[in-house]
Amino acid sequence: MYFVALRMLSADKAKYLGLVFAIAFSTFLLENQTSIFAGIMKRTANRILDVTDAEVWVMDPATQYFDETKALKDTDLLRVRAVPGVAWAVRLLKDLPVARTASGRFNQAIVIGLDDATLTGAPRRMLLGSWDRLREPNSIIIDEAGFRLLFPSTPLRTGDTLELNDRRATIVGISDAAAPFTNFPIMHARYSEAREFRGRERSQLSFVLARPQPGISPNDLANRISSTTGLRARSSLDFAWDCIRYYMANTGIPVNFGITIAIAIIVGLVVSGQTFYLFTVENLRQFAALKAIGVTNPTLARMVLLQAAVAGFSGFAIGTGMAALFFETFSRQLATRGIILLWQNAAGVAALMALVVLAAAALSLRKVLQLEPAAVFRS
Amino acid sequence: MNPPAVHCHQIHRHFGNGDTRVHVLRGIDFTAASGQITFLAGPSGCGKTTLISVIAGLLQPSSGSVSLFGRDLASMPPDDAVRLRRKDIGFVFQQYHLIPALSVAENVAVPLLAASMKRRDALEQASAILDKLGLGDRLHQPPARLSGGQQQRVALARALVHQPRLVICDEPTAALDHETGHRVMELLAASAVHPDRAVLVVSHDNRIFHFADAIAHMDDGIITHIDHPNATTTA
Repeated sequence: MYFVALRMLSADKAKYLGLVFAIAFSTFLLENQTSIFAGIMKRTANRILDVTDAEVWVMDPATQYFDETKALKDTDLLRVRAVPGVAWAVRLLKDLPVARTASGRFNQAIVIGLDDATLTGAPRRMLLGSWDRLREPNSIIIDEAGFRLLFPSTPLRTGDTLELNDRRATIVGISDAAAPFTNFPIMHARYSEAREFRGRERSQLSFVLARPQPGISPNDLANRISSTTGLRARSSLDFAWDCIRYYMANTGIPVNFGITIAIAIIVGLVVSGQTFYLFTVENLRQFAALKAIGVTNPTLARMVLLQAAVAGFSGFAIGTGMAALFFETFSRQLATRGIILLWQNAAGVAALMALVVLAAAALSLRKVLQLEPAAVFRS
Repeated sequence: MNPPAVHCHQIHRHFGNGDTRVHVLRGIDFTAASGQITFLAGPSGCGKTTLISVIAGLLQPSSGSVSLFGRDLASMPPDDAVRLRRKDIGFVFQQYHLIPALSVAENVAVPLLAASMKRRDALEQASAILDKLGLGDRLHQPPARLSGGQQQRVALARALVHQPRLVICDEPTAALDHETGHRVMELLAASAVHPDRAVLVVSHDNRIFHFADAIAHMDDGIITHIDHPNATTTA
């Protein structure tokens, strides 16, 4: 009887497409919004996740997230190095000076000052040049989006100069750094150079990056550093989540996305549920005839569930395809780079749409199961 | 001797309660013999449709008993009643109730598919009976492309394809012109009448009464009298 159910489902093309596209657009909207939300939240942690050679971040106890730091004392680096279990520890500076070009364009930039000797935290994904060239005097590496922002209509190249706090810096490389939360260019320089871009502030150490000795986990080392020095120490992953949680708790972003997601769920439920319900109601005479002929309630239930499952799966597949196309297109744009359709989001939306379709099917099923087969004799 | 195809004893059926209670069947005693075409005739609203719904097991009587080929419907578990309907009863509805999304052959195959027959076998049997009913060239068309008479023949084929023992027809000629209605009744008589089978027809179309072996006349929820047009005695 299943082919009968499928034929009934697709007989009225307009209604069938209406049902499928209601589910497809709900799916698209949900996957789109949840993935953009996840992508934006991940951006708040990208500076941490980009540093792959250190596993523990040490900061002042008042520092809650990457973008707002209270400076450490220079002696804190030595205290961290003295903690048992630390394989090595290096300094890291983070600053937000204004970068100016010769043509007069300017923009605030994120400057990361790396340990002069080891260049720990240097960008590993380079589009042009080499991170090793940071050892040259007055050199910086800038990310692609930052270069295009400050040097529009200029092909990617090295050799251009910038002014940072009245100091000249030469671009020696273009990195593919992950997008920050803001649209600020990301620049990497040696610590000693970056300190000069900073201006008059006395304290310059933002973070100490450390790596545990073999056999010690990053979390263990973070706990040891915290208890020994009184500084705040977090594993890279924990600190990344700290940043995400900070933005979740202190900005309106989750509420705004939450409202859109809630509307998508409600619209999806109401539109697809109502369309499927109306579809079933319009076919009640046919279901009554089948019931009179001797088709059992369990078979009718399976038929309705199959119809719901096919409509739901088709809609989900189309919606996910649309979302994939959207992200494939926009993940190549500089402004939206790094925002991708996560499989976790697609899986979550699949589960949600399955619930929506099941709820719609349950409403329709109730009508079918309560159907009086004698109705077929009424004209 | 074969038991009667249908035997009703003191069937009462009412709908609603209190002031809105309507007593539709008021003590029906009725028998339809095997091997015969029995008509239920009477004015609109006299209870014919309710009675065939009760006989087919689609409605429960408020009181009284119905037996089909000697089997009491009330004592049957619900699943057995559905199985009996699927296997032993064929329906021809006034509005045909063909499924527009299916082809003619697929519509006819539905009772066989409901009995879990393989689709290919079911379609073969459906095609064979449609061929007999003169619709062999319309197997793959949707019902909407057929005339009213052709659709009724498809409905008839669906009612007969699984060789049921009882065929119940509700106003099978109501939507048809005289000639087409006559042809449908000829097909019904030729296809369904068999010593251990029976046909029960609800109709108030007296142009087809001559097909009846017995005509039970109903009025206001009771059977007033029974005619036997082709016999010398009347009940």
